[in-house]
Amino acid sequence: MVTLEDLKTPKTNTWCPGCGNFGILMAFKKALIELGMEREDTVLVSGIGCHGKMVNYVNVNGFHGIHGRVLPLAEGIKLANPKLTVVGFAGDADQYNEGWGHFVHAVRMNVDMTLIVHDNMVLGLTTGQATSTSQQGFKSKSTPFGVIPPMLNPVAHALVSHGTFVARGFSGDMFHLKNLIVEAIKHRGFAFIDVFQPCVTFNYLNTYDWFRQRVYKLEDEGHDVTDRKKALEKAFEWGDRIPIGIFYNRERPTYHDNLLHVKDVPLTKVPTENVDITSTLNEMM
Amino acid sequence: MVGGEAGAGITRSGFLFAKTCLRGGLYVFGANDYQSLIRGGHNFYTVRAENEMVYSQADTVDLLLALNKETILLHKDELVSGTGIIYDGDQISITGEEIGRDDIKLYPVPLRNIVKSLEGPQIMENTVALGAAIALLDYESELLNSVLRDTFKPKIAEQNIEAAKQGYSYIRENYGNSFGYRLKKTGSAGKKRVFLTGNEAIGLGALNAGCKLYAAYPMTPATSILHFLAPLDREYKMVVIQTENEIAAVNMVAGASFAGVRSMTATSGGGFCLMSEGLGMIGMTETSPVIVLVQRPGPSTGLPTYTAQGDLRFAIHASQGEFPRVLIAPGDVEECFYSTLEAFNLAEKFQIPALIVSDKYLSESHGTDEPFDQNRIGIDRGKLITETEYRGEEEYKRHKFTEDGISPRAMPGTKGAIVRTNADEHNELGYTTEDPVLTIKMADKRFKKLDALTKELENYETVKLYGPEEADATIIGWGSTKGPIREAMKLLSKEDIKVNYLQIVYLHPFPADKVQKTLQSAKKTIVVENNKTSQLSSLIREHLLTAVDHKILKYDGRPFNPEALSQSIKGVL
Repeated sequence: MVTLEDLKTPKTNTWCPGCGNFGILMAFKKALIELGMEREDTVLVSGIGCHGKMVNYVNVNGFHGIHGRVLPLAEGIKLANPKLTVVGFAGDADQYNEGWGHFVHAVRMNVDMTLIVHDNMVLGLTTGQATSTSQQGFKSKSTPFGVIPPMLNPVAHALVSHGTFVARGFSGDMFHLKNLIVEAIKHRGFAFIDVFQPCVTFNYLNTYDWFRQRVYKLEDEGHDVTDRKKALEKAFEWGDRIPIGIFYNRERPTYHDNLLHVKDVPLTKVPTENVDITSTLNEMM
Repeated sequence: MVGGEAGAGITRSGFLFAKTCLRGGLYVFGANDYQSLIRGGHNFYTVRAENEMVYSQADTVDLLLALNKETILLHKDELVSGTGIIYDGDQISITGEEIGRDDIKLYPVPLRNIVKSLEGPQIMENTVALGAAIALLDYESELLNSVLRDTFKPKIAEQNIEAAKQGYSYIRENYGNSFGYRLKKTGSAGKKRVFLTGNEAIGLGALNAGCKLYAAYPMTPATSILHFLAPLDREYKMVVIQTENEIAAVNMVAGASFAGVRSMTATSGGGFCLMSEGLGMIGMTETSPVIVLVQRPGPSTGLPTYTAQGDLRFAIHASQGEFPRVLIAPGDVEECFYSTLEAFNLAEKFQIPALIVSDKYLSESHGTDEPFDQNRIGIDRGKLITETEYRGEEEYKRHKFTEDGISPRAMPGTKGAIVRTNADEHNELGYTTEDPVLTIKMADKRFKKLDALTKELENYETVKLYGPEEADATIIGWGSTKGPIREAMKLLSKEDIKVNYLQIVYLHPFPADKVQKTLQSAKKTIVVENNKTSQLSSLIREHLLTAVDHKILKYDGRPFNPEALSQSIKGVL
């Protein structure tokens, strides 16, 4: 069982001091420890952006892929070997801009994995442009007169795409986030957590204080996580009060549950050698 | 040839006729031509049957099954003296005058009325026509019946057999033995031969190679690989998945490969454009899926259901930066099968992406072959660590520097090994780096694999030479032009014109030495390609500093026809 020491890597962390990513990094490590995971059985997949460096900072199996493609990459790994615990990390631009096309399909497909989106409502690594979760009117280098369209609502999208575990966390509340990650990894199916993580360098608007003044926990108000309609109502709450916690959590058969022929044996264990194709060849005669 | 509107079962009917020929011991080639629509338009399927190996369709038509009038008028220039046309005389009125020919034999058969009398569906008219064709050719109707029995469910098969019988009798009773062509069962009737498309052969190769994850998004003409594999996934214990797009497909097969299984995707040019970024990631992360690129004419959407060889340079160079890859271009169904096995081995052995480049003509035409030898090419997974525990002396390094550039490859889940890879430049452990020295070392490591691959390929049949060693000219080609070229060579040899043919099967790394050896002794070189700019000629110039003497290029979306090709060759001799 993994310890905090085991998870350390030799890489120097290059996130800005105070970056919201630190809360996610620590919450993830603590979740792995709480779950008693083995490093070898865990795969961390990340995309491109500040979040992508997660692969450098957690000493588990890792695949640092390309921008926007965390989900199909992670799905490929999980389909090949369902015994692995696969956790994808993406940024808001990574997942909701470049990789949006994969998002709703992954939610719908329900491969048993976890997706954690570092949502700082701005593009960080490219030095501060608007993203699809930037608030309307948000001024950035690419939107000097303010963002024109309204912000994207990933939580609502996940809910209407038949999501089975839909949650939102705040990296300023590491303990709460850790609990969400533990529940997400335990969930059988596709678990999605959108995480507010303030960008201290490029997002002057959505700061730690801004979030602290607004976020409240769904569980504190007796939210029923099995009620999708209620969850959707909560997903549209934005303004003086913004909910975090689990919006919806109800399992349905995973993608793998429907693949009866490979349900019990990972593809990695199906022999590659001596595959006899005679019966198929005979049909061509 | 069978021709008619889309949706009228043209390909199916042509295929059934072809298989009927196959079962009589004949060698058969079947090619389809269809438009990008579901109903209407004009589709046709040509079957060529011979006593000896046949490599392509012919230029002309001896017997035409015309399911509409348009078919007759569109193909009238391909008819030869004595061509027979079977059609429904009650539905189509046509005369020799209208065709502009007095040497054509018209065989009206009341297809619709026969089907009506049998209370069958309208599409069964095709089977009546097939029965009529068998009678005209004086062939054996039992062979057609056996094909019908294997194709349809028992009740429908019997209905079709009756339909064929009625078509057969109608010809016998009304036209006797008036048709000039005969088909005869040969001594090898009953011998087991396969009749399949290039895409099916690639699919079979993937199954035999132990491919365990196939992910793809539909795109003509690559889709039939998905259609072929999807119903077989349970039998072969694999996952076949239609992804949301090609970007997902390429990333998914990369992930599966990283996890330790053989994986493959296929697409055509447009989809390959979308896969290009993923291809580079595969190169950088040293994962090893197989990617099949089935070409069609471009640019952009081009002619979606037709053929071309315009993506050679694109496939060699696709994606930013520099990294090794292997590119194989099979030229017939047999090579489609064995190339796929080789592609999987090379991809895993050298931890590189393997590209199989084919085209619509090869992928959807049916060819005859001996049943494939499942033991000819073994499975070589290279430096894959299959033990459940890593026992190395030092920490496991996914991108460890080695003599040949190839690092031992552990699967995630192996005890004692943390497997980390990275699309960013990385160190041996897979952690991101921006260090200039390490950057050079890693690039050099990846390219050492290209050296090792090039050496390995010396033992492969990367080029093939057909025809006499001494010849007046050497034809050079790659991919699906092989069939028409070999048929053209048959025609030329009948006129005592000696040409040989160099087929380049492995285009990257380019087998420069082997090509050079042949070209040195060539009196005249002629490149034959289905593209506008002769990309193979440019490759030859790049690698050998040699200009070819002549180029015969066709870029109308259609394959070469042997007779026309032989005339073009004669024209430059």
